[in-house]
Amino acid sequence: MREDMSGEIVIKMQNIVKEFPGVRALDDVTFDVRKGEIHALCGENGAGKSTLIKILSGLYPYGTYEGSIEVHGQSAKFKGIRDSESEGIGVIYQELSLVPEMSVGENVFLGREPRKFGMVDWEKMMFNTRKVLDELGLNINPRSRIKYLGIGKQQLVEIAKALSLNSNILILDEPTAALTETDVELLMGILKKLKERGVSCIYISHKLDELFQIADRITVLRDGKTIKTHEVNDVDKHTLISEMVGRELTEMFPKVRVEPGEVVFEVKNISAYNPDVEGRKLVDDVSFKVRAGEVLGISGLMGAGRTELLNVIFGAHNGRTEGEIFLNGSKIKNRSPRDAIEAGFGLISEDRKKYGLVLIQSVSKNITLSALKRVVARFFINLNKEHRYSENMVQDLNIKTPNLEVEVNTLSGGNQQKVVIAKSLMTQPKVLFLDEPTRGIDVGAKTEIYQIINKLVAEGVGVIMVSSELPEILGMSDRVMVMREGVKAAEMDIGEATQEKIMYAATGGQ
Amino acid sequence: MKKLAIKFDIRTYTMIFALIALWIYFGITEERFIAPQNFSNVFNNMSLVALLAIGMVLIIVAGHIDLSVGSVVGFTGAVTTLLYANYNWSPYMAVCAGLATGMLVGLVQGYITAYLGVPAFIVTLGGLLMFRGATIWVLKGVTVSLPEGWVRGLGVAYLPREFGIALTAIAVISVVVFFIWNRNSRKRYGFVVDSFPVTIAKIIVASAVIIGFVFVLESYKGIPMAFILLLFLALFVGFLVARTPFGRHVFAIGGNKEAAKLSGINVKHRVMMVFVLMGFLSAVAGIVFAAKTGSANPKNGELYELYAIASCVIGGTSMAGGKGTIIGAVVGALLMASLDYGMFYANWENSFQYIAKGLVLIIAVFVDVMSQKDKSD
Repeated sequence: MREDMSGEIVIKMQNIVKEFPGVRALDDVTFDVRKGEIHALCGENGAGKSTLIKILSGLYPYGTYEGSIEVHGQSAKFKGIRDSESEGIGVIYQELSLVPEMSVGENVFLGREPRKFGMVDWEKMMFNTRKVLDELGLNINPRSRIKYLGIGKQQLVEIAKALSLNSNILILDEPTAALTETDVELLMGILKKLKERGVSCIYISHKLDELFQIADRITVLRDGKTIKTHEVNDVDKHTLISEMVGRELTEMFPKVRVEPGEVVFEVKNISAYNPDVEGRKLVDDVSFKVRAGEVLGISGLMGAGRTELLNVIFGAHNGRTEGEIFLNGSKIKNRSPRDAIEAGFGLISEDRKKYGLVLIQSVSKNITLSALKRVVARFFINLNKEHRYSENMVQDLNIKTPNLEVEVNTLSGGNQQKVVIAKSLMTQPKVLFLDEPTRGIDVGAKTEIYQIINKLVAEGVGVIMVSSELPEILGMSDRVMVMREGVKAAEMDIGEATQEKIMYAATGGQ
Repeated sequence: MKKLAIKFDIRTYTMIFALIALWIYFGITEERFIAPQNFSNVFNNMSLVALLAIGMVLIIVAGHIDLSVGSVVGFTGAVTTLLYANYNWSPYMAVCAGLATGMLVGLVQGYITAYLGVPAFIVTLGGLLMFRGATIWVLKGVTVSLPEGWVRGLGVAYLPREFGIALTAIAVISVVVFFIWNRNSRKRYGFVVDSFPVTIAKIIVASAVIIGFVFVLESYKGIPMAFILLLFLALFVGFLVARTPFGRHVFAIGGNKEAAKLSGINVKHRVMMVFVLMGFLSAVAGIVFAAKTGSANPKNGELYELYAIASCVIGGTSMAGGKGTIIGAVVGALLMASLDYGMFYANWENSFQYIAKGLVLIIAVFVDVMSQKDKSD
């Protein structure tokens, strides 16, 4: 039974604008939440959902954004997370913030342990924890250690923690990404119960089926703008998807189509297991082919397994793997990135600062790192040769740097990315994998990177590009493969690919 | 920041400045410090720690630590001495056996750290205890004399004057050639170079320093053999660092292990080899230590891991990994040895000497951390 609480607005965000250098993450977003409702927020990767939540939680404090926020009717100017917490806002992130070695009770009361004569009052802590868990109908022992609970239960403990902080507004960021079906049902049940208690909920997810199960209203974000807020009964999946991707494709991509050659690269039945969770597959039986001079775009939402797929092929996956890889017809076994590079693969990772560059070292040293044997003469590095190679790369790729000796962390994002590409190109790969190649890069550099791709394609290299930017996928690919939850959900020629079709496959539509 | 091909950056200049300031201070307050004999002692003494420090640089740069070094010094010195003195091995074979022992120790510790994933701190802490025990055991708790011979000479002999002068001449010529060649090379690539007069000035200063040192040392007994050994090994390791793929790989691993791995570097292998190198250098130091004292004593090498680490850190090696220089480590060892002798002549109490050394270490790291902060602002 649901009390009629519609009407009372607990959160009102108006005309929110948030800018980062070079990009407007949120562009005049208006969004409200009613008391006791579950309001779903959906959109592609990069649509602005996480940014909006970070502003609401106080992670991006007042002053770093434009627009106004009202919580329970009062103007809210959060300076930090504590401020939002004291207003009753609790956020459950995808990466749980629990201490695995500590018990449920200790986690729930972390930082505010009940005291008795200055010492921790354990009985009270466990008693209060028991109370909160009971309210949620959870049968978890407050004394059990977090690390022994499954991820589903851990998430529920996080919710219990938020509730014990007297949160009446819960924000859940992709809550079911790592849950089993049973856990998902448990979660849904608890959310419905909380609703009856008057707790409001912002539910971020791209699993559209779930949204229709649990939400009262659904708001679609796209490219930082609020597209529309729907009552759940007034909308269908088809409309949601259209709104999520319905941008006009005005951007011109410098795509040069090349007549594809023979199959240069093939994978069969690739599977990758989660190294931490027994038996869990991150990539499930994926097979595809790439021909020389062809660009295969791989699309999909977060958690679809795209990066893991690339890592398996490149020999960089930490868990168990299965499947076969063929380069120019011969079977290849990549046990490490070294094997992969030697075989003729190149990988431009998602996070260049974390995986692609040694930031404190010079441009030149970064460029030659994978191919030092090309600048070596009789055991030692020929500095002249190294200089010449680096100089050539800098010119070919138009890397803007005062000279070759500066630390690579002084370069802009786009130029840093070009350094990573240069490093890979020096190994003369036959197949190049790019994971979100233009993320966080200004428009000018983006175009230059597309032109680099064109050049490679013209030279007969096979290019596989993972991207969350649909215009980029549609603009630069010859074929598109869509992944969803580890499996290959769809594959299509560029001629038949549309944003809607891709998003459908990515979210599990028909 | 103008750099020569030998890494002389601000940090190194700061250290050399500190070193000179220290010398001036002690030189003024303690007459005996200025004497050639003292400089000879300082150079002789620092060679031991420096031998260890140049290996430790790579270990720390790679993101690890080696606490067993002092015990390995004792152990390898004991092995060499015993084989030579008690088992009548030829000195060459005995020395080879000692070096091999050191490398084997490095191989095992390196393998456990790199391939089995046990933290280096724990592995080498275990090594510190085990090899100290092993040293006492093989020596049966007693001191064993190292027979007279060239092995002893490594620790106590001096380079004959003719060789000293020849070496100086080679050094000065190398300096001249290097500066000129480097300048031309950089000019060709369009880098900013010092004007010709400035280059000449630098050559003169560098040559003067070299000649000055040799002169001071020669006016006592000459250049200590231990220092010559250090010089050659430092040049070797320095070359390894600057001009081989191995050196590049180690620094990349320290700078960003994930990126190094994805760039195709065999991280585990490189880390293991860094420990093998450290083992080798520890053995060299172990033999020199026995040579200096004339015997293998169960206590040889005690605490030397700490002095080695301190030298590295004072010399600019970052505990976070990825950053460090060979020349910095050598200057760091020189600084610590100078401090040692200075305090000795100033009759500072033993306790104060320890405290002073610890303080210098903390200040050096503090300066380093502060200068990093400025950079990132």
